[in-house]
Amino acid sequence: MGKWTRRGLITAGVVAGGALAVGVAIRPGHRVPKLSPLVAGEGEQLINTWVLIGSDNIVTAIVPHSEMGQGAQTALAQMLADELDADWNLVRFSEAPAEDEFANYAVGRGFILGGQTFPGLLEPTIDGAFLQITKALHLQITGGSASIRATGLHGMRMAGAAAREMLAAAAAEAWNVPVSEIVTQNSVLSHASSGKSAPYAEFAAAAGANAPPVHPTLKTTDQFRIMGKSVQRLDIPAKVDGSAKFGIDVVVPGMKYAAIQAAPVLGAKLKSVDTAAAKAMPGVHSVVELDEAVAVVADGWWQAKQAVAALSPIWTETPADGASSDSIYAGFKQDMDKAVAEGKEEEDLSKGDARGTLKSAHRLIEAVYKVPYLAHACMEPMNATALVADGKCEIWLGSQNPLGTKHAVAGALGLDADKVTVHNHIMGGGFGRRATDDTSLQAALIASKAGVPVKLIWSREEDMRHDHYRPAATSVFRAAFDESGAVIAWENQFVDKHEPKEAPHIPYDVPNQFIHFANSPTHVRFGPWRSVDHSQHGFFTEGFFDEVATAAGKDPFELRRELLADKPRHKAVLELAAEKANWSAKRVAGSGRGIALQQSFDSIVATVANVTVDAAGVRVTKVVCAVDCGFAVSPDALAAQMESGILYGLTAALYGEITIDKGAVVQGNFNDYPMVRMNDAPIIEVHILNSGAAMGGGGEPGTPGIAPALANAIFDATGHRIRELPVSRHDFNFKVEEEEEPHKPITLQQMGA
Amino acid sequence: MIDLNINGRILQVDVDPATPLLWVIREQLGLTGTKFGCGIAQCGACTVHMNGLAVRSCVTPVSAATGSQIVTIEGIGIDGQLHPVQQAWIDEQVPQCGYCQSGQIMSAVALLTNNPSPDDAAITDAMQGNICRCGMYGRIRKAIQRVSVPAPQQLDNAVSIHEPSLMGFKEVQHG
Repeated sequence: MGKWTRRGLITAGVVAGGALAVGVAIRPGHRVPKLSPLVAGEGEQLINTWVLIGSDNIVTAIVPHSEMGQGAQTALAQMLADELDADWNLVRFSEAPAEDEFANYAVGRGFILGGQTFPGLLEPTIDGAFLQITKALHLQITGGSASIRATGLHGMRMAGAAAREMLAAAAAEAWNVPVSEIVTQNSVLSHASSGKSAPYAEFAAAAGANAPPVHPTLKTTDQFRIMGKSVQRLDIPAKVDGSAKFGIDVVVPGMKYAAIQAAPVLGAKLKSVDTAAAKAMPGVHSVVELDEAVAVVADGWWQAKQAVAALSPIWTETPADGASSDSIYAGFKQDMDKAVAEGKEEEDLSKGDARGTLKSAHRLIEAVYKVPYLAHACMEPMNATALVADGKCEIWLGSQNPLGTKHAVAGALGLDADKVTVHNHIMGGGFGRRATDDTSLQAALIASKAGVPVKLIWSREEDMRHDHYRPAATSVFRAAFDESGAVIAWENQFVDKHEPKEAPHIPYDVPNQFIHFANSPTHVRFGPWRSVDHSQHGFFTEGFFDEVATAAGKDPFELRRELLADKPRHKAVLELAAEKANWSAKRVAGSGRGIALQQSFDSIVATVANVTVDAAGVRVTKVVCAVDCGFAVSPDALAAQMESGILYGLTAALYGEITIDKGAVVQGNFNDYPMVRMNDAPIIEVHILNSGAAMGGGGEPGTPGIAPALANAIFDATGHRIRELPVSRHDFNFKVEEEEEPHKPITLQQMGA
Repeated sequence: MIDLNINGRILQVDVDPATPLLWVIREQLGLTGTKFGCGIAQCGACTVHMNGLAVRSCVTPVSAATGSQIVTIEGIGIDGQLHPVQQAWIDEQVPQCGYCQSGQIMSAVALLTNNPSPDDAAITDAMQGNICRCGMYGRIRKAIQRVSVPAPQQLDNAVSIHEPSLMGFKEVQHG
């Protein structure tokens, strides 16, 4: 965790119906009111969580996080209920409204930053979505795998424990017995020697009259009854009968539907458009011109989509009109080479003398790694519904940042924020995409101009081509060995740094390291994509480290293990994965096994991929994963997140590639941006290591390890190094070597001193 | 006016006959459990039953649906109870975001109706038209196996929990 000095501000009172309401606002650090509100780095952080205990003895956890399938709302309720000694069957949750009082600034900072201390937030390399959000300081973000480790640990548990102590104090007072003799269990207060007992509800009002404890006592792990149990997720029943309401399902009386066509080249503006043909089409209400897009509003979405496709808008020219994936990679190389030539490397981490060691080394290896842009491709295409009337706006959508949406929409419409109401919904996939506000701003502007409530739905093609992308990236590695074969230097130059800051770092004990980057901005907008920078650096560093092991003549698992002597958690996770994957077993011809280790969002994950390779291509047969997130609040939900993170990363590793041509994104739908389907899906084993360390995240840490584990497994099977993703770019139509020697030597590029 | 038999009810809609069934179901009939995902029959989120067969409603013109019995996720339950496949989805904790799951369940029900004992290959064959971006394929397979007759031995995804002990780590739970 970051180094916050936590100061919980606990408030309590009685609300309508006699319910006890306990709120916890955590303000870590100190307020520096004079700092510009643009500087999130030292601004106020707030996690605001609430618990209500009603007269019906129902406990309601009010959760400042949205649900996109990660199960956080249930796990957060578990944390609160356990500290409260509540009867789990009487626990409900509801999502906090998008109001400033329920902001979770702390999580916003943790978002992408992985709970690290910083000032890295305002580094010039951070662009696009995250900076916008951060600037706004109206964060209610769900992201950064932070719900449990931030809000859960410091908000939900605190609120539950405080409420429990207040109830016990109220009962002790009424029964005239020492509070230490009050037992709380299953939402009932009892006192053994007097035989008195009462449901929580009976003392809710009295408890609300007491001052809340400043430092409620939290349970120790051995006292947990609900945490650590795989309870059924509370959101699942509505997701099997069609009753769950996503943003796209909203119905607002009198609403019309909008389809949109935005400028194909990101950054271009609408110059002109002949709207006559579209306006004449059946069901069309109006054509709305926006700065960067044109939309058609119609009685039905199908009609709107047909009509918007009939438009031939003219877009402004931009400097990026000639850009292609090739020109973007060439720009990366040019900027990286220039930084080295001019000695202007941006230092990320420096330890010992890597450059000097490389120069005088007995031998060295080098390699260039490369990944393309990636789209999020949430199953629910981006959408938002807006009603703008009487100087007010209502927005319905699924957002990872509903409070940010509120303020962004207010800004776009020139309204005060208190005139904007956001109705947040569960999301059909988020993965970082739904932390940005582009669709809600469009919907608000279209509704405002059309004068009717409008549900804007992006087509799949619009969604694919106007994402905020996981950036294309490249890394240039060099490693040096001494005469004994020990790796003594590691240099990694990469392009563009976002967050988390530690993503490019390796856990291994290499004495001389120089990790640095060059900035090489492109017109393609950046977005946080499940695990953010870990998604590329996990592949880069763990892929190249495997090459180091091969060059050193070592087993890749054994060398990792050797160089983790001072990192017991990493070592334990690695060993557990290797043991469960039967790492030491001999491979059969045509198959391979690869391992990778990655710490992200305060959790450590080791991944072993098993593959078979033949002329038909690569098949991932089984993935074994070990994870240490400190303590698994809901083990099955954590396992589900690991399975999900692995498959999300596997789709990217096998197939994921967004290319740029003439400045625009080429791919448009699942036919040219393919997904892993059931026929490609490996068996996945998840082994959870409850080490007792501070809690880490669950939503993202499964993703970074699969690409390198897969690449390393392909090398194991074929001797062919995958240094560029996706794997589908590579030709496996070659003879698979039959020998059983697990690790074959590669040709080293020898360089003199 | 176009007559439609949806979930056992006869309904009339006034739309362009070329309109995909998906949008009629969602917008005219208000049955929003059927989802829009791709619009080109690539993802399966819009899957409904037409005379018991799984079809992609995003590419089925409403005119082609007249005279057929259409069933959506809202009509799959039996006498107000969950369909056994829906219950299996809860038991295996299948959904994450849940957006694709109406379509997954419709594909699974169509499979099991026609083949109550699908082997692994039959399950894969029936389900690979449905994308789950949350990657819950292992759980989907388990849920289908749970309803299959007889239930086969499950070889899919496993979970174990380990805690620190004097001898390093010990396995405390496996299942």
